[in-house]
Amino acid sequence: MHILEPRAQPSQLMRWTAPLIAILATLTAGSFLFWLLDKSPLESFHVFFVEPLTTSYGWSELLIKASPLILIAQGLAIGFKARIYNIGAEGQLIIGALFGGGIAIHFDGVDATWLIPAMVVAGALGGALWGALPALLKTRFNAEETLTTLMLTYVAGFIMAYMVNGPWRDPEGMNFPQSIMFGDGALFGILFDGSRVNTSIFITLAVVLAFWLFNARSFLAYQIEVGGQAPAASRYAGFSAKQTVWFSLVMSGLTAGLAGVGEVAGPVGQLNLNISPGYGFAAIIVAYLGRLHALGIVLAGFLMALIYLGGEAAQVSLQLPAAITGIFQGMLLFFLLGADAFIDNKLRRPAFGS
Amino acid sequence: MIDHLIPILAGAIAAATPLIFAGLGELVSERTGVINLGVEGMMLTGAIAGFAAAATTGYGAAIGLPAGALAGAAIAMVFAFFALSLAANQAACGLALTIFGIGLSAFIGQHYVSYSLPGLQPVAIPLLADIPVLGPILFKHDMVVYLSFIAFALVAWTLAKTRLGLLLKAVGESPEAAHAIGYPVLGIRYGAVAFGGAMAGIAGAYLSTVYTPLWVQNMSAGRGWIAVALVVFATWKPARLMLGAYLFGGVTILQFHAQGLGIELPVQLLAALPYVATVVVLVLISRDRKLLQLNLPASLGKPFLP
Repeated sequence: MHILEPRAQPSQLMRWTAPLIAILATLTAGSFLFWLLDKSPLESFHVFFVEPLTTSYGWSELLIKASPLILIAQGLAIGFKARIYNIGAEGQLIIGALFGGGIAIHFDGVDATWLIPAMVVAGALGGALWGALPALLKTRFNAEETLTTLMLTYVAGFIMAYMVNGPWRDPEGMNFPQSIMFGDGALFGILFDGSRVNTSIFITLAVVLAFWLFNARSFLAYQIEVGGQAPAASRYAGFSAKQTVWFSLVMSGLTAGLAGVGEVAGPVGQLNLNISPGYGFAAIIVAYLGRLHALGIVLAGFLMALIYLGGEAAQVSLQLPAAITGIFQGMLLFFLLGADAFIDNKLRRPAFGS
Repeated sequence: MIDHLIPILAGAIAAATPLIFAGLGELVSERTGVINLGVEGMMLTGAIAGFAAAATTGYGAAIGLPAGALAGAAIAMVFAFFALSLAANQAACGLALTIFGIGLSAFIGQHYVSYSLPGLQPVAIPLLADIPVLGPILFKHDMVVYLSFIAFALVAWTLAKTRLGLLLKAVGESPEAAHAIGYPVLGIRYGAVAFGGAMAGIAGAYLSTVYTPLWVQNMSAGRGWIAVALVVFATWKPARLMLGAYLFGGVTILQFHAQGLGIELPVQLLAALPYVATVVVLVLISRDRKLLQLNLPASLGKPFLP
């Protein structure tokens, strides 16, 4: 069962090729899965990974799905570097959507240019607040952020369910758990006719640039990284561990909140119970696959978006449930973690004479 | 009041049963130093495997629970390969297992959405069930509830009194020492993870073949995560885990009795209570750093490469 032994030096080559190995392994395991399901692997791959990209509409849908994934993963990456595991971005997205959507519902019919900016700010605040709560619980009471962020995701879901079943339910929505459709003033402008791509992608673009600069230039980013890799050295240097917890959880909550506004003021257009197909969880994989690097995350975000699109296409063309997306996501994360093991370790050579 | 209380407490015991199975399994795994955050995924895998087996054979829970246990243990081995043999980050591997299990169970489960199963009849235990108050609360349940009592007794006894228990704890406290003496650390951890998977699988199969008894996508609804939190709350002690599970069973069941008790809260907010309670309980237990440190298995979450 012992198949690894430590390398003398971590392999830089493995660090950057691990994502590619993980993708190849996922495709291989995927072929096997399709074969088990009596589908031709080649044809299935064509449906899953090629067909969605054969039309300009497909590419626009890819952009729509990649945008929230990239946005959330940028925020998560800060925390992951510091080994702060926020796995509740999905909940922070929901609260962000709720805050932003609340403004849209409250000012329904008002057609003002400040409406969208106000929703963006409210969404960022909402997400940041939902991230700040576990930060408080961690710094003040030592409560593990993995479990608290995840529990708060369920709580966020129920708050959303309450609001769209109660105070904010569309009175003409035939009792469906959903709010009114937002007015044009509360929706991001469409960028290309005939697509759903909207101006919220500029927020994502700005966030990518900001985090790229932040990681490359700021001392705080350095402190965070040291705190994750060498906690003792970090304490000795006088870096505040609490500050890192607050910063990473609030920032990742904030970006998730922005993504939430992007969804409800974009393709979804209202508050309901299906504003995100698990973007908050998938973004965790995106962050790792992108090597916690601002630009790597952009590439990884597009790949993950393609897995979502492929899942939808497989549902239509191959009559496979959309849940296949989750299977691919899980495999991808497993294989990535497995490939990462070879950064610090190598295969053990059989010991002779023992 | 007592008339209200008996069905609530009896309901709490039934609602706690999946938490007990999944929690005991995770507790054993963590005592050997392995934190498996994939409980939710293993539970769902067990739920659909158990349901499918019960629905296709027609034997109900009698075949559903073993099938769930097998499926849970099998999928736990995927986690074990990556987290133990490849020494990958345990928390992230657990998350991958949960994502994978949610997807896999939904994928298989689409064929079983419209089925329903007969469930299990409660069995009153002779004499004991006649004790006033305690009888109907504790001894008028389905067989699986009694099985959870037995599982608790076995795990508690094994950990406290047997050589095997000593070995499990030694591996969790000091894998280096255990390895030096010649014990197969990884083998023991593989076993503990398999046990955790089987127990989570039973918990899931209980939900789908007895408690509900239906297959609904994502039907474990966070119970796997609550079970992980319960192990922390229990400070890795089986008896405290039982206490915690019944507490949570009570909170879960409260929403169905709220009206009778005169609690006027929207149903969605009542449904959020168990999750809020989990956070509160985690805070209460974690703030006492000494207590945690004293009981925390020393190698928890740390990979072992000899």
